[in-house]
Amino acid sequence: MAKITYIEHDGTDHVIDVKPGLTVMEGAVKNNVPGIDADCGGACACATCHVYVDDAWAGKTGEKSAMEESMLDFAENVEPNSRLSCQIKVTDALDGLVVRLPESQH
Amino acid sequence: MNAPVSADLNARVVIVGAGHAGGSAAAFLRQYGHTGKIVLIGDEPLLPYQRPPLSKAWLKGEADADSLQLKPSSWYEEAGVFLRLGGVVASINRGAKTVTLASGEDIPYDHLILATGARARALPIPGADLSGVLALRTAADAEALKGALGPGKKLAVVGGGYVGLEAAASTIALGGHATIIERESRVLARVACETLSTFFQDYHGARGVTFVLNAGVEGFEGSDGHVTGVRLADGSVIACDAALVGVGAHPNVELAQDAGLECTGGIVVDIEARTSDPHVFAIGDVTHRPLPIYERQFRLESVPNALEQAKQAAAVITGRAMPPHEIPWFWSDQYDLKLQIAGLPFDADRQVVRGDVAAAKFAVFHLKGDLVQAVEAVNAPPEFMAGKQLIAKRTPVSIEKLADPTISMKEVAA
Repeated sequence: MAKITYIEHDGTDHVIDVKPGLTVMEGAVKNNVPGIDADCGGACACATCHVYVDDAWAGKTGEKSAMEESMLDFAENVEPNSRLSCQIKVTDALDGLVVRLPESQH
Repeated sequence: MNAPVSADLNARVVIVGAGHAGGSAAAFLRQYGHTGKIVLIGDEPLLPYQRPPLSKAWLKGEADADSLQLKPSSWYEEAGVFLRLGGVVASINRGAKTVTLASGEDIPYDHLILATGARARALPIPGADLSGVLALRTAADAEALKGALGPGKKLAVVGGGYVGLEAAASTIALGGHATIIERESRVLARVACETLSTFFQDYHGARGVTFVLNAGVEGFEGSDGHVTGVRLADGSVIACDAALVGVGAHPNVELAQDAGLECTGGIVVDIEARTSDPHVFAIGDVTHRPLPIYERQFRLESVPNALEQAKQAAAVITGRAMPPHEIPWFWSDQYDLKLQIAGLPFDADRQVVRGDVAAAKFAVFHLKGDLVQAVEAVNAPPEFMAGKQLIAKRTPVSIEKLADPTISMKEVAA
């Protein structure tokens, strides 16, 4: 299990044990973390699972695909550390990961 | 967010229909601080699950049943959502504010949410009851279809809509053969423009899918009770190991209708998912809902619609501010194609194609004057995302810029 902390825009945090193999999005949705709706279920088609990855974890969450990059390009409140959480696979190496949710998903 | 005094966070909520809409309504109620009892009644024996992957990732064996579940069973327990799976609702008594199960049990409610969805339209033709004549709506349907697919197996698909095309793509991926039989002169005739129809037909054709267009289906032929072919109006027979009927869906309005709720093309709701009874909401595929931008009522079959309306009902019940209105949108995955559609081409008077159709990277914009009404984007996320924003904003666009792929969508939408 990897412990992932999801921090809502208002500061409320949710610390969740997520099974490796799931995505960071699935970890949130299956535990009803508010602010990650994932309309498309993880098909990288909607940008409703946008998160900011804490800088310390940027190197471990993998590279953005061209598809993810262009979806994020048009998402709201995008920052350099923005990711679509459906595109981040959880591994043991992500134990302790912290992600924050944007204001637009509040 | 604080609820106004009028909202009773302890009210009893009964949700009829445990699909994506019903399951999400329970989840949003808890997210919005609802503390009252929630009963979620579904006629399938399964926890709420995602249907879109049934014709795609799940059918191809790339996703398992657990991953399709919206939430694990432990969540419902912890959240105090009482599941009545395999439960059939016989009637609604709006006067007494109860729903009655087929078993005779009455379940009281303060708020009722109808999320009864839609069922696959059946073809009333000879042989439709043969084994191997399948639909694709539920997990059980998908299980049956998956069992019929495999290397060398032949699937005949009646109806060239999204379900049929996605199932055909999955059939090919599994090493089988697919023939799509369509009544109209092109696939996706009711749901996409001609450019897209032609593109998808060519793409599928190049990967081995056979198309029979302008074809009426007379019946299914079988031997020993199992389908062996689809008989067409001209007398020819398309041989198959299984036949998938994908000719649209019919909203499950009967409960609502019997209870005297207004139903026209679905359960009629307002923009806050209320039916004609203030204590009864309806959400998801079953509703005939307002589309403010297009100034009409329409029935949508999509997950985003289910989620939007689930939020609306949960917001009203908990006294929370209404979420912003969303632009209808849809997606489909076939082979390496990602189709994303935003809006509906109502009242559109011209189309602008942007990008390269032959390179499978393009978008078709549907405009009414210089306002974008809808966009159909194939492997073109910027066009989809910017198009969706343009539809919402209702700001005029320059047709020349839109048609010129060397000008970025950021600039077009600025």
